[in-house]
Amino acid sequence: MPLFAGVDVGSSATKAVLVDEHLRVLGRGTGDSGADFAGAAESAFEQALGQAGVTRDIIGYVVSTGYGRGNVAFANAQRTEIHCHAKGAFHLFPRAITVVDIGGQDNKIIQVDRRGRRLDFAMNRKCAAGTGSFLEEIAHRLRIPLQDLSGMASRSTDVTVSIGSYCTVFAQTEILAKIRAGIKREDLARAAMVSVARRVLETLAVSNEVVATGGVVAHNPPMKEILSEILGVVVHVPPHAQHVGALGAAITAAGK
Amino acid sequence: MSEPIPRARPIAAARLMKRVMADHFLRLDEAARDPSRKVAWCNSVGPGELLHGFGFEVYYPENHSAILGATRKATEYIPYANARGYSPEICSYLTADIGAFMKGFTPLKKAYGIEAVPRPDVLVYNTNQCRDVQDWFRWYGRHFGVPCIGVHTHRNIDEVTDTHVASISGQFQELARDLAGIAGHSLDMDRFRDVVRLSARCSQLWEQVLRTAMARPSPLTFFDGTIHMGPAVVLRGTKVAVDYYETLLQELRSRVSDGVAAVEGERFRLYWEGMPIWGKLRSLSEQFLGLRSCVLASTYCNSWIFNQLDPDDPFDSMARAYTELFIVRSDPVKEQYISRMCADFQVDGIIYHDARTCPNNSNNRYGMPGRLADRLGIPYLTIDGDLNDLRLYSEEQARTSIEAFIEQLDQD
Ligand code: SF4
Repeated sequence: MPLFAGVDVGSSATKAVLVDEHLRVLGRGTGDSGADFAGAAESAFEQALGQAGVTRDIIGYVVSTGYGRGNVAFANAQRTEIHCHAKGAFHLFPRAITVVDIGGQDNKIIQVDRRGRRLDFAMNRKCAAGTGSFLEEIAHRLRIPLQDLSGMASRSTDVTVSIGSYCTVFAQTEILAKIRAGIKREDLARAAMVSVARRVLETLAVSNEVVATGGVVAHNPPMKEILSEILGVVVHVPPHAQHVGALGAAITAAGK
Repeated sequence: MSEPIPRARPIAAARLMKRVMADHFLRLDEAARDPSRKVAWCNSVGPGELLHGFGFEVYYPENHSAILGATRKATEYIPYANARGYSPEICSYLTADIGAFMKGFTPLKKAYGIEAVPRPDVLVYNTNQCRDVQDWFRWYGRHFGVPCIGVHTHRNIDEVTDTHVASISGQFQELARDLAGIAGHSLDMDRFRDVVRLSARCSQLWEQVLRTAMARPSPLTFFDGTIHMGPAVVLRGTKVAVDYYETLLQELRSRVSDGVAAVEGERFRLYWEGMPIWGKLRSLSEQFLGLRSCVLASTYCNSWIFNQLDPDDPFDSMARAYTELFIVRSDPVKEQYISRMCADFQVDGIIYHDARTCPNNSNNRYGMPGRLADRLGIPYLTIDGDLNDLRLYSEEQARTSIEAFIEQLDQD
């Protein structure tokens, strides 16, 4: 029986997923997209093959998605990340949901009905606000490694601290002022995540359960509770949240 | 692997149009250098008929700025106007045009060998579309030391009433008195009526051209429309424009009877609400071709349909025509209009272009897309961009949104 692959070449990370005809996940791969999308796709795909313990010739169909979807030479077809995230999230939560994907350079909000049909979607505007790169900038300003931002945010004790400006540059100056005023880094780290969640709130009305996907929620556990608080709905973060787009692409490749 | 992208089908009349537009600019250039002739600048939905009635050669800066945009020069010159205090948030037709002028650049040089835009004897605006035209023209008025006069239209109105018409008609008549002083003679009413008659005819023909897109498949796209509307903008009121649209209409009608599609294998029919993104016409048009989707109707191209023009009542009918325009109206009227268009053209989806620097043509900003989606049951997409300032456009994001929108239509 052939297997099916989905490759999601995002602006920051490239993800690959292999599924069988029953849509069971057999392998995953991840890597930095860097400046070589084709190479990143190749290596994430290889990783997934290795994890599944199979070789390329068993793959029946490959669908690519994400910013670099056009750079995947071995893909049989391309679909947008909007389609693939909706598909992947609905597979995991087969009911009316709102998919909130927060990626490195953009975020997408997608409304899916109870049959899995997309009703509406919106992408963020043309800046870093509400994306992973906003958090990167803030971590940099706080002089902490990005991977420590999450732990720091979870130790916040003052949830009233907020960052009002969404422009990354304005936010940085605001943070400087707050550091000067003696506000703790922990509280500022959390405030940065609240800012990301607020941008989601502004993008599209969210009325049902949210399935949050993408690297930002995968790597920052406090985001789940923050999103839920800001949006006022139940928020699910599936395991392997970063791979939901690639999963959706693999499901599409399987023709499901 | 994806299928090869079908090729755009060129419209044969385009060659004639190129000649017509070249003649227009060359005539203006000559007039500007001939002391016995007078040049008036006018906004695109300004009182061109009145100016032709006086015998002015009429030049349209918006058209010039759209050429800057379409030739991808606008973004290069906008910063010079920004640096002189004209904000990057205001009309990028204005900033591109003034910025280019400051640097002594015009795309007319490469296209027609014309060194500079024609020196005006007067600048005439109508604020029916926005305040920016007034500020724009005043800059040139100060620069050239010539009068800048205009008409102040009511905005956001529901029905056009006799009071509105009387006010605008009165302003046109006052304008005529001022223009007489500049032209050096009074208005020749016979000539004026004749111009209004030709303009009305041009408008009817242009409307018929656009309505050929009601056919399935459509013989023309919005992108074709933005190019072929040139004569309706800059030459309405002349016989040249009438002749041109007769030719174009004939070609499109024969396309319809032969079943020739502008977009081969047309699957979806879309409405474009808002300004064109001038520097991206080609790439957008190619993307839609590849998606086998035809953007075939728009508010924008319809802006040069003036149904009310009547040679027997030139002042009042002009007042009515220029006040009945979409851009002058309230949201309920606009929604009614778009609803009718969507029904007439059997539209599957609406694309709103939120042009950052033109709030006047960005109708998505006060909740209209949601209201119309509820009313019509037609999905919509909003693209962030701009008419001329490509710094405000994320091509990747727009392309992905468009592709995802077509995928969404596909699932139904
Ligand atoms: S309507 Fe918009 S694009 Fe046209 S002149 Fe006014 S502001 Fe500029």
